[in-house]
Amino acid sequence: MAAPGRMRCMYIFNRNGVCLHYHVWYRPLTTLSPQQDQKLMFGLLFSLRSFTVKMDPTSNNKGHLGVPQLPGQGCSFHAFTTNTYKLSLLETPSGIKIVLVTDPGMGDLREALRYIYSNIYVEYVIKNPLYVPGEHFRCELFNAALDQYVKTLK
Amino acid sequence: MSTGFGLMAPLLRPSDASAPNVEKVNAELFTLTYGAIVRQLLTDFEDVDEVNKQLDTMGYHIGIRLIDDFLSKSNVTRCTEFKETAEVIAKVGFKMFLGVTATVANWDADGTECSLILDDNPLVDYVELPETCQGLYYCNVLCGVIRGALEMVSMRTEVKWVRDVLHGDDTFEMRLKLLKQVPEEYPYKDDE
Repeated sequence: MAAPGRMRCMYIFNRNGVCLHYHVWYRPLTTLSPQQDQKLMFGLLFSLRSFTVKMDPTSNNKGHLGVPQLPGQGCSFHAFTTNTYKLSLLETPSGIKIVLVTDPGMGDLREALRYIYSNIYVEYVIKNPLYVPGEHFRCELFNAALDQYVKTLK
Repeated sequence: MSTGFGLMAPLLRPSDASAPNVEKVNAELFTLTYGAIVRQLLTDFEDVDEVNKQLDTMGYHIGIRLIDDFLSKSNVTRCTEFKETAEVIAKVGFKMFLGVTATVANWDADGTECSLILDDNPLVDYVELPETCQGLYYCNVLCGVIRGALEMVSMRTEVKWVRDVLHGDDTFEMRLKLLKQVPEEYPYKDDE
């Protein structure tokens, strides 16, 4: 593996928890099978979001923990940082979740995630007539454009 | 690469440099291409009701992709209120993909049913329905598009034409009925 940049890996999920794409730049340690790994990641996002809603001090309409919410209802988080990595998340009303895992010193990636969604995912995947919506994709152009773009992120 | 569907509107926010370029398609080419598709379906299925169904299904498949194109270009970040969503479809969605705007009207008392009224419909330029096709909803593809797009933002809907200029009405009116808003649930079973 080449010398690590600041990117670690990226996941794209749809609403049904299907991992549409998994992209890895630098990940020296992998202990789980890809399926388990992706499922845990989706579970982390899902649970963390229900906790953030429950703990929201500005809203009193919280319902009970774990009760299904309508998409876009309640608050959500866009990033968290640990001492070893930072996870940034973009969630669209259509249920697409783009997760970017980077080194912990990375700045705000909300714009970057938006760019990846609009200019890379929509352009190369959604508009690809051979892509079956809701299924895992493998797309050379997408990978090339993504690699190119993340190089510009500071 | 392009879906080739209706991307002929002028740029929605020309000042916004971050917006991806919206490809434009010549309006006549678009209208005639759509006409050719409907014509071919009529030849293939020989049954007007079946063609209506096919158009709706085609629209649905367009809609489930178009939603992401729409969201990425419009910067809409949430679609939770049906009322608000209907307005966005009429004012922003139609503008972006067909170059016209619609009016939202005739809400029912519960706020779950409304009409989109289209005074100008670029799909029907040069179109007249022959005697044999009086039951054809020529623009049924649009109903499918809206149904598909709304389904992706968790709104199950029923969409149909109630007034159609090609059937002698004074305008195009599409009826939009919200059946259910589907909540986000944890998608995996525990024992998986």
